[in-house]
Amino acid sequence: MAKAKHWIEPHPQGVYVRPADIWIDPSGAKQHAVVTHGHADHARGGHGEVWATPETLAIMGLRYGTDAGTPVAYGEGFERGGVRFSLHSAGHVLGSAQVLMEYQGERVVVTGDFKRRPDPTCAPFEPVPCDIFITEATFGLPVFRHPPIAGEIAKIFARLETEPDSSILIGAYALGKAQRVIAELRRAGWDKPIYLHGAQVRMCELYEELGVSLGELRLVMDTPKEEMRGQIIICPPSALIDKWSRRLPSPVTAMASGWMRVRGRARQRGVEIPLVISDHADWDELTGTIRELAPKETWITHGSEDGLLRWCELHQIRARALAMIGREDGDDG
Amino acid sequence: MRRFAALIDSLIYTRSRNAKLAAISTYLRETPDPDRGWALAALTDSLDFPAVKSSTIRNLAGTRIDPELFRLSRHHVGDTAETVALIWPEAPDREQSDPTVDEVVQALSSTTRATAPDIVASLLDSMDSNSRYALLKLAVGGMRVGVSARLAKTAFAQAFAVPLDDVEELWHALDPPYVALFRWAEEGGKRPDLSTTPFFRPFMLSHPFEGDSLDLGAYAVEWKWDGIRVQAVHLGGETRLYSRGGDDISAAFPDVVEAFDRAGVIDGELLVRGTDQGGEAASFNALQKRLGRKTVSKKMRQEFPAFVRVYDLLIDGEDDLRLLPWHERRQRLEAFVPTLNRDHFDLSAVIDVDDFAALETMRAGARDAAIEGVMLKRRESPYLAGRVTGHWYKWKRDPLNADCVMMYAQRGNGRRASFYSDYTFGCWTEDGELLPVGKAYSGFTDEELKWLDRFVRQNTLNRFGPVREVAKSLVLEVAFDSIHDSKRHKSGLAMRFPRIHRIRKDKPAEEADRIATLRGMIS
Ligand SMILES: [Zn+2]
Ligand SMILES: [Zn+2]
Repeated sequence: MAKAKHWIEPHPQGVYVRPADIWIDPSGAKQHAVVTHGHADHARGGHGEVWATPETLAIMGLRYGTDAGTPVAYGEGFERGGVRFSLHSAGHVLGSAQVLMEYQGERVVVTGDFKRRPDPTCAPFEPVPCDIFITEATFGLPVFRHPPIAGEIAKIFARLETEPDSSILIGAYALGKAQRVIAELRRAGWDKPIYLHGAQVRMCELYEELGVSLGELRLVMDTPKEEMRGQIIICPPSALIDKWSRRLPSPVTAMASGWMRVRGRARQRGVEIPLVISDHADWDELTGTIRELAPKETWITHGSEDGLLRWCELHQIRARALAMIGREDGDDG
Repeated sequence: MRRFAALIDSLIYTRSRNAKLAAISTYLRETPDPDRGWALAALTDSLDFPAVKSSTIRNLAGTRIDPELFRLSRHHVGDTAETVALIWPEAPDREQSDPTVDEVVQALSSTTRATAPDIVASLLDSMDSNSRYALLKLAVGGMRVGVSARLAKTAFAQAFAVPLDDVEELWHALDPPYVALFRWAEEGGKRPDLSTTPFFRPFMLSHPFEGDSLDLGAYAVEWKWDGIRVQAVHLGGETRLYSRGGDDISAAFPDVVEAFDRAGVIDGELLVRGTDQGGEAASFNALQKRLGRKTVSKKMRQEFPAFVRVYDLLIDGEDDLRLLPWHERRQRLEAFVPTLNRDHFDLSAVIDVDDFAALETMRAGARDAAIEGVMLKRRESPYLAGRVTGHWYKWKRDPLNADCVMMYAQRGNGRRASFYSDYTFGCWTEDGELLPVGKAYSGFTDEELKWLDRFVRQNTLNRFGPVREVAKSLVLEVAFDSIHDSKRHKSGLAMRFPRIHRIRKDKPAEEADRIATLRGMIS
């Protein structure tokens, strides 16, 4: 059997697969790249040749103006330089994929970002048995346990009941989080229009085109101020404290992110309703997945790698941190 | 505990005062005794469980969680109690119960240092993460949810539609969980009997004087001292010293407390003596060295001896004087004070002046370190709780002014979160360097705030999180009550009550004031 150490090279810029001359999620422009999903810290523009799911290519098209690339559906793959690549659902956002690579009898999985919780806007995570599991660890500390989403969504309704004249402004990352929050609001029975900040519109439209229905969406800009009392508005996290929010009547700010689990972090941002909703695996999902797959080795790309490394050490699991750059613990938590 | 935990969390995330009031009053109305009383005590930091320390909790975490994982998590979260609350392992098969606040308080107060870990652990096991957080904050104190004693009392008064003054008075007379207080407020029952308890009586407060003249036949004049307002109480054999907000500050001023041994309640200004002032009252800056201490060393007591300059007498022996007019209380006061220990109590003099113009000159000329202005008290007024119009006026010395240059701006809180509303400003050194001399977030109109916000956004040089460094081009005329030496700032100066007086769009930054000029204003 080949030793992954010889054919897979972790670099600060991404994972390089030498026999195939392909990078996975490189942070700079490369000749050949497999892209796991559309978030900016994984999908950069300017690559020569790109392999990704059709949804990810469409998202990259929206972001960078070009959707050129080879679409690879879940469960399908291609071969290059003797390495067999295939994509498998990661459950993170629409189109997100794990990359399975098979080379001379050895199986390596790169998760990109993933989660195990059900999400009405994307396909569920598929556990892929492997020898080397290359995982993210955004929430790689035991303080991060995401509660069930229904309870978080209920916080919004509770607030609207006690303050029916306010408008609830939810900060949510434009790709994935926004659509998931909208879909969960729908599932909880909210059938009024949901209002969007201009920066959220195109991604929501793309989700609709790709078959994820989000109900009636309206633009804040087109709506008279008074009409937004008692309504729910979705905006990018940066707009929560921006001048933009002044156009809303009695706004109450909420923010959907796994980081909201820590009170200080919510307070720092002036968030009044912290919604612990994340598209990343929490501590139990991370450790549970490693247990379930029982790989020979676990490599950690980004996040709180120290915490997950320590857990691996305690459980006598071989692990190493790859220290990838440019994967920030930003608002897509 | 779940309801209490939900209250704590809603207070943590709410910035608006009204919303905080509403959350607390709803809780007080809907929660039974004695839970609500314990909750009230916890919010105002009036509970103490000496057997449970922050280290107890940290050590406890080590019994369930790998110390290295705990260290990493603590580093990330930044607060020990919260880290433990979040990280505490939940046994999936275990049914979570929801103990009452009373059960928790009883358990915590019956622990010793030795049994504390086991008792806290079993409580943690029975709770969800938010309740664990509330439990740990309750156990070690320091809720830090932005609720002052005043706010809690206001919420109580609002909850049961009772007068705030009554709440103020009864509150200080009763111990947690205040069952008698709730019974009185809720059912209109008998007022609890307070005759022998050394509790706090609400202060009579003043309005700023804004008129042109005043009939000095009807109003008496006293100096306004620049210390802190205190009430010393000696009743039922016990002595207490209370601050303006009704907080018990006896522990910080044992010298004053020990010296007050005659039955009565006095109102006055707490000051310290300064060597520079020849043993007379020193500036507020000197007093600050003794404020906010839980205990006070012998050295401190010697270096900054504290005393009360007394100006009113509320209770003399068994007589409540509060309904008597000021001049009658003053007579009793003048007989009362000389019987007290002279090192720690003296009488605030009445200024002998009968012509308003002469008073104006005196006020303007007063540059004593401890004088802040004058007080005007109507001779016929009883001692009334709170700020009632027409009785007492404060007439402060004119504020000092300096032209400063805006250096940094920070976002405000709550309603002001989208505005850069907190400004750091500086003055020039002799070498032409700009050093910060203060920070202000008030004094401007809404219109001016909008203008300042726009200025900050258009003149940003650098961003550091919520702070922006701006081009050093805008002159702000800053008003302040006084200025003092300070080791905390590089400029060596600290202002008292700085506020933005005017935006000087007309003035070039180079012409703003120099540090040396400000230094000359130190009193
Ligand atoms: Zn992502
Ligand atoms: Zn990522």
